[in-house]
Amino acid sequence: MNSGTPSSSAAGAGSADSTAPRRNSKRPKYSRFTQQELPACKPILTPKWVIGTFLLVSVIFIPIGVVSLFASRDVVEIVDRYETDCIPEALRNDKVGFIQSDRSKTCQRTLRVPKNMKQPIYVYYQLDNFYQNHRRYVKSRSDQQLRNNGSLQDTGPCKPEDNTAGGPIVPCGLIAWSLFNDTYGFTRNNQQLNVSKRDISWKSDREHKFGKNVFPRNFQNGTLRGGATLKPNVSLSEQEDLIVWMRTAALPTFRKLYGKIEVDLQRDDFINVTLENNYNTYSFSGKKKLVLSTTSWLGGKNDFVGIAYLTVGGLCFFLALVFLLIYLIKPRQLGDPSYLSWNRNPSGH
Amino acid sequence: MKRYVYINDENLAKDIYCDNRISNRKYTIWNFLPKNLWEQFSRFMNQYFLLIACLQLWSLITPVNPASTWGPLIFIFAVSASKEAWDDYNRYLLDKKANEKEVWIVRQGIRKLIQAQDICIGNIVWLRENDEVPCDLVLLGTADPQGFCYVETAALDGETDLKTRSIPSACMGIDGVIECPSPDKDIRRFDANMRLFPPFLDNDVFPLTIKNTLLQSCYLRNTEWACGVAVYTVEDFYHVCVEMIRGICGIGNQTKLGMCRGIPEPKLTAVDAMIDKLTGAIFVFQIVVVIVLGIAGNVWKDTEGRKLWYVRYPKEGPWYELLVIPLRFELLCSIMIPISIKVSLDLVKSLYAKFIDWDDQMVDPETGIRSNATNTAISEDLGQVEYILTDKTGTLTENKMIFKRCCISGRFYGNESGDALTDAQLLNDVSTGSADVIKFLKVMAICNTVIPVRSKSGTISYKALSQDEEALVCAASRLRMIFENKNGNILDIKFNASPLRYEVLDTLEFTSDRKRMSVVVRDCQSGEIFLLSKGADETILPLTYTGQQVRTFAEAVEQYAQMGLRTLCLAWRKLDEGEYQEWASMFKEANSTLVDREWRVAEVCQRLEHDLEILGVAAIEDRLQEGVPETIETLRKAGINFWMLTGDKMNTAIQIALSCNFVSPEPKGQLLIIDGKTEDEVCRSLERVLLTTRITESEPKDVAFVVDGWALEIALKHYRKAFTELAILSRTAICCRVTPSQKAQLVELLKLCDYRTLAIGDGGNDVRMIQQADIGVGISGREGLQAARAADYSIGSVSGTSLFNSVSLMAYNVFYTSVPVLVSVLDKDLSERTAIVVFVITIHSYAFEKSEMEEVAMVALSGCIWLQAFVVALETNSFTILQHLAIWGNLLGFYVINWIVSAIPASGMYTIMFRLCKQPSYWVTMILIVATGMGPVLALKYLRYTYRSSKINILQQAERLGGPILSLGIIEPQSRSPLDKDLAPLSITQPKNRTSVYEPLLSESPSATRRSIGPAQRFDYFQSQSPLASTYTRKDN
Repeated sequence: MNSGTPSSSAAGAGSADSTAPRRNSKRPKYSRFTQQELPACKPILTPKWVIGTFLLVSVIFIPIGVVSLFASRDVVEIVDRYETDCIPEALRNDKVGFIQSDRSKTCQRTLRVPKNMKQPIYVYYQLDNFYQNHRRYVKSRSDQQLRNNGSLQDTGPCKPEDNTAGGPIVPCGLIAWSLFNDTYGFTRNNQQLNVSKRDISWKSDREHKFGKNVFPRNFQNGTLRGGATLKPNVSLSEQEDLIVWMRTAALPTFRKLYGKIEVDLQRDDFINVTLENNYNTYSFSGKKKLVLSTTSWLGGKNDFVGIAYLTVGGLCFFLALVFLLIYLIKPRQLGDPSYLSWNRNPSGH
Repeated sequence: MKRYVYINDENLAKDIYCDNRISNRKYTIWNFLPKNLWEQFSRFMNQYFLLIACLQLWSLITPVNPASTWGPLIFIFAVSASKEAWDDYNRYLLDKKANEKEVWIVRQGIRKLIQAQDICIGNIVWLRENDEVPCDLVLLGTADPQGFCYVETAALDGETDLKTRSIPSACMGIDGVIECPSPDKDIRRFDANMRLFPPFLDNDVFPLTIKNTLLQSCYLRNTEWACGVAVYTVEDFYHVCVEMIRGICGIGNQTKLGMCRGIPEPKLTAVDAMIDKLTGAIFVFQIVVVIVLGIAGNVWKDTEGRKLWYVRYPKEGPWYELLVIPLRFELLCSIMIPISIKVSLDLVKSLYAKFIDWDDQMVDPETGIRSNATNTAISEDLGQVEYILTDKTGTLTENKMIFKRCCISGRFYGNESGDALTDAQLLNDVSTGSADVIKFLKVMAICNTVIPVRSKSGTISYKALSQDEEALVCAASRLRMIFENKNGNILDIKFNASPLRYEVLDTLEFTSDRKRMSVVVRDCQSGEIFLLSKGADETILPLTYTGQQVRTFAEAVEQYAQMGLRTLCLAWRKLDEGEYQEWASMFKEANSTLVDREWRVAEVCQRLEHDLEILGVAAIEDRLQEGVPETIETLRKAGINFWMLTGDKMNTAIQIALSCNFVSPEPKGQLLIIDGKTEDEVCRSLERVLLTTRITESEPKDVAFVVDGWALEIALKHYRKAFTELAILSRTAICCRVTPSQKAQLVELLKLCDYRTLAIGDGGNDVRMIQQADIGVGISGREGLQAARAADYSIGSVSGTSLFNSVSLMAYNVFYTSVPVLVSVLDKDLSERTAIVVFVITIHSYAFEKSEMEEVAMVALSGCIWLQAFVVALETNSFTILQHLAIWGNLLGFYVINWIVSAIPASGMYTIMFRLCKQPSYWVTMILIVATGMGPVLALKYLRYTYRSSKINILQQAERLGGPILSLGIIEPQSRSPLDKDLAPLSITQPKNRTSVYEPLLSESPSATRRSIGPAQRFDYFQSQSPLASTYTRKDN
């Protein structure tokens, strides 16, 4: 503001007599843009439009809601919470002590299949109150090191799990260090149910984020033991449990894929799970759950979408009706100048 | 403070005053960076951004890449710094050109060529024809034997006529001292004295006036050469000090021109002020949030966080550990004040300013001068104007004066069928040589400051300062009293082919206080001395000699004023030689006073101007600008209050006001007059008016008050409160006989009541008002460029329709179109409200449990973008191709960019977007977010829109449906066909697309009975244009 004024007056002093022709020559070429004459559509909220829109939304949303609710209902899900049950009753007053001791942590669980389940059946473990999104935790990884064999020393962000006396840790960082280490074995009618651990991670991760020639080094060799160990001679790109774990979850309650059961399960089948309860969620009172689930086109079991669609559709319908009623009972002339404040009251404002 | 300028004594001057170097620069190369940065960082917002940017450099606490703040920050600073630098460089170039221009100076009788910057005070500068005057000079000699020269002062005051300047009467000296006041900015005054050193004249004092000076940047015309002594140079040590002490600025340009420029105080717009306030408020809010969340975060960390073994908090943290969490929150909160807001706002504002510059409608078809937005920062305020204060002459009217009627010794000339110039009776009287008529014509031709210029072909044109004088002289020449030549003080006049010669002895100039001007002339044949006067009736009529019947003249004045004409009374008196001599010496003395010269001169003039014989009354028409009435009507319908401030007579002003729809005629409108000469009278009249206004407030009546300058002065001084209340209550006001400073006072009064004011004017007397108002609009019209210079917007055109409609059009455009832009600027605020919706839905519908962080983040971000696109679309009032591009292009751009990023293996987002787009649940979530986010917004907006409409909504609806408000001014004049198409965005044709649904419903509804007259009558109104119809529009609520 300030700057413009002196310059223009300085110009005026020197060449005021030439300003008129100069202004003319500055005349821009005519265009609809400069003249603000672009064709414009100016929608206003007429009752017809608004009521119509709400009706349309409700007409679209209610079917979608019904469809997604059905899809979600089709999904069969077995959830088994085991973190307390898998500790012998006598030791339940010192859960942390138990989990840190060397006792056998094997645990047997029996699951009943409520409905027929078509393969593939996904096996998840679900952790609760586990902050994979903690800032300190999320940052503690080195993508460089995971990808390239040559970047062993790239452990900058990994503190405090970066180096041991024997050199850099691969994979370094808190995420890898705290890898989940409960294991599950499934039998049905005393028959082993095979859990496939292939292709449980993202293909892009296997191919581009975790190197084929990067092998674990000094992993879990430090003074403080974290979670699972890795097979030393398998490249990181094949350690799918690690790859799944390294995709950090956004919420403190999360499921991660453990494997896939590639046979159908029948209703009222009993499945025995042999479970190694190794992972310490007791210090922060986290829950552990084993989940078996089928999927639908919408993903897992999730009634929220269906209900939300139905609710929104219903509300829209309701609003449309209300507006229609108001409109019929108390119509109002649009653009009536008599409603202008200054026309209502000569003093204005 | 006085200063003494020793003519031609360089050594003395050099010590005290410095040279003539011009420097308008704000910076030097060395101080540019620090000074500019300092200036930029003096704004709170910038300090805030800098703080945030610095915090982000600390990697421990930053959640995002520091580049996201540093980039825009540096960009903003670079842009505004380079703009400043560019401006400053241009100023430097201009200065350099001016400084290095070569001028002749006379030193010890020898002419020398030096650069303009080396001129010292006391130097004698020698100028040739068409030279620009390099600094303020006092004339010492010219090529003209009588010591006259002509200057063009267009650069100074915008007046294109040539002005005469003369050398001081007894001055051919070379040594002397000029005693002059310290520099000031009044370009019309220069009260100084000159003393010549012996041996010339012993300490005789000669008065110097502005007539004896050549001011900087004027041009010497029609004179072969002139020389003068420099009295004020550009940069002057003494004044630098004074100015520094005053703290105004460090640069002391103190020639009259330099002082005139001044520094207009920066105008802050409503939006700016709002943003500043908001920024402060948000900052405080942030601090609260940061403290609360910071404490909570630290507590959580110490109680819960330490239990998370996988996070491995160190046992002992560094000393600043407690600060880390609050600072992180601060950084997270920092997006509450988006850095983009500043950039977007500035860009948008300068674009609007450009639009105004570009607008073809605002080009004056006659001169081709286009509108110019000097102040780019305040365009959005144009749409928020509540009060328009307008000058009358030249703004509402064309300021093309035409002599229409006259009344000479009780006889009226001119009637409805023709002007006085074509009146057969008058022509007859002229040719027969009726004594009264001849006297009248003589006064018309002589009593003025007009300069006749004879062109090569022999035709005479008149260069006049005031349009009135030009009209009178032209009319006189049409009536065979031809003012042929002015040679110094000698006037040659030809009447009926017989030459007459008069010598002008003194000119008693026109001032706005005196409201009259007189000349004392000597008839060269008979040697008789006459005083010829002309002026406003109330200043002339009381000065008549006892016995003269002034009633006819007063009636004539009344009658002409009723017709909206400007009236001037012409009078004369024969003077005795002795009386004149006695008076002349007093006049000379008064003219040479340094203090209060104007007042002293006025007082002396008073002594001569008495016992006048009134010769007659001349009436001059000041035609209304084209389209003015319609425009004013439109703007008034739009709820903008109009005040007319004029120097004219009350009657004239009221007539003009009536004729341009300013006030409605009787039964509907009511004029309340505040007058009175004494405090009591004014007080009583003010109270009465106030009472009436209060009572009629609820009635559908147009109440306007009329106040004259005198009463206004008293009202503003003693009854400010009452007057303010009246000002707020009344939608229309006419202030007549007001002075420039009163105009400015009125603007200030309205501003104090928190109204947005727009002042529009064209003349020098409007400058103060224009500077004072929130928005000043200057018209580069006949009265010179002065107003245009002071204004924020200058408009070349004086043709009313396009002018006013364009103003309203641009206001309209700016206002409406800035809404969506502001919405998009402020979208952060909007999405904060809806962010909860997005978050909840994302979490529940998409992300539940099997969520992966980057995916969830992307879903939430997409949700925001979708929602924002729809919210902006809903808030946008007018979709042009640009809006579509911006809104949907933004959405598309989001996907394109993310697809590209997702295709890069090295990025953290690799494949995420492709993965998402393949999932039906993603799209289902998006639809849900949009519907849930928009539903309530739409519903609320609809309810508010239809049942609690704001002014804007109604206007929009009206516009869309072809309603009456904005189309009012457009339908009316059929003659304006060429302009009609231009107004397309504003005007909508007849309300034909009012859907038929409304009518039956209307009449059925219970509340419709009252209102049902409304539309019909209103419709009628537009068809018939009956002035009464608008009563119904008012009544129908």
